[in-house]
Amino acid sequence: MNYLTELRWSPYLVGAGIGILSWFSFLFAKQPISCSTSFARTSGMIERVLRGKKVQEKAYYQKFKLIVDWQWMLVVGIVIGSFLSALLSGDLHLQWVPDLWQSAFGGNPLLRMIAAMIGGIFLGFGARWANGCTSGHGISGTLQLAVSSWISAICFFIGGILAAYFIYHIIA
Amino acid sequence: MEKRPTNNHKKSNKTNLIQGLIFGILFGFLLQKGGATKYDIIAGQLLLTDFTVVKIMLSAVVTGMIGIYAMKAMGWVKLDIKPGGWSINVIGGMIFGAGFALLGYCPGTIAGAIGNGYLDAAIGGLIGIWLGTALFAELYPRLDRGILKKGYFGSTTLPQLFKVNDWLVVLPVSALIALLLWWMERAGL
Repeated sequence: MNYLTELRWSPYLVGAGIGILSWFSFLFAKQPISCSTSFARTSGMIERVLRGKKVQEKAYYQKFKLIVDWQWMLVVGIVIGSFLSALLSGDLHLQWVPDLWQSAFGGNPLLRMIAAMIGGIFLGFGARWANGCTSGHGISGTLQLAVSSWISAICFFIGGILAAYFIYHIIA
Repeated sequence: MEKRPTNNHKKSNKTNLIQGLIFGILFGFLLQKGGATKYDIIAGQLLLTDFTVVKIMLSAVVTGMIGIYAMKAMGWVKLDIKPGGWSINVIGGMIFGAGFALLGYCPGTIAGAIGNGYLDAAIGGLIGIWLGTALFAELYPRLDRGILKKGYFGSTTLPQLFKVNDWLVVLPVSALIALLLWWMERAGL
């Protein structure tokens, strides 16, 4: 079982594994692997705690009910699976500032946290606007040859490459 | 913007939830083993210095696509196509991309990054995503009546668009992806 403790697997092996996982999710769960809707549901659940039951009457939460479903548990599972993998290979790090970020912007955790939060706002807003994310559109949608997903996935990378260039070559 | 029933109606009993959790554990395990739970790998991809993410995604797409279309031909599975439109997917995709670069994680990989111990994901990024989705939910009625309707084309696949047999798209796309991966290896990316 040495391969479970290996730090890295080939990206092709990992990709093929995710592809095979998607066969079984269609076969057994009757749905594709996707993630971002669960973040919207959780956000609504938190807002409901803070502002009361009227939150769930919002049109968006009528469309995506504030419930724990298959996909919500999938996201919880990702946290656990990644934790197990990192634990087995000794790759678990409690780290505030990623190395690449530090090389350009220094090691201030507050600056990185603010950037991550602003990035998260764009990411969450964009994922709901586009109706999917890197998993729902980028993998599950493109592998079904969905027109909406191919356009989205291409735009995720165009937007991402332009923004990364701006962040690392113009601001930094 | 969405005309089909959402997956709210799907059963959410205990077995179904445990099944989701197991799929998630496997997915998270694979993402971590691939390095996709790390900021440096994802930001490196967007800076075009590290091609791990694209290699993972393209090999997932080619493997998944051949299997799903084979099972569709056998009548075992039904496709689940997200409806879309030019303003939905292009504008939403570009906004997502900007966030993808600044945060350095996406909704799936941020869950993996949290499991991997990265605190910028757990504290900053996660709260940001919740704020972004809440903002969208707040603006949704107005957006849905206006801009999200522009260029709407609904749920359609490339074979339906070109009016050809599924395999006339699946096979060339698979060949193109294989060629691209081969070229990336050869170029030392």
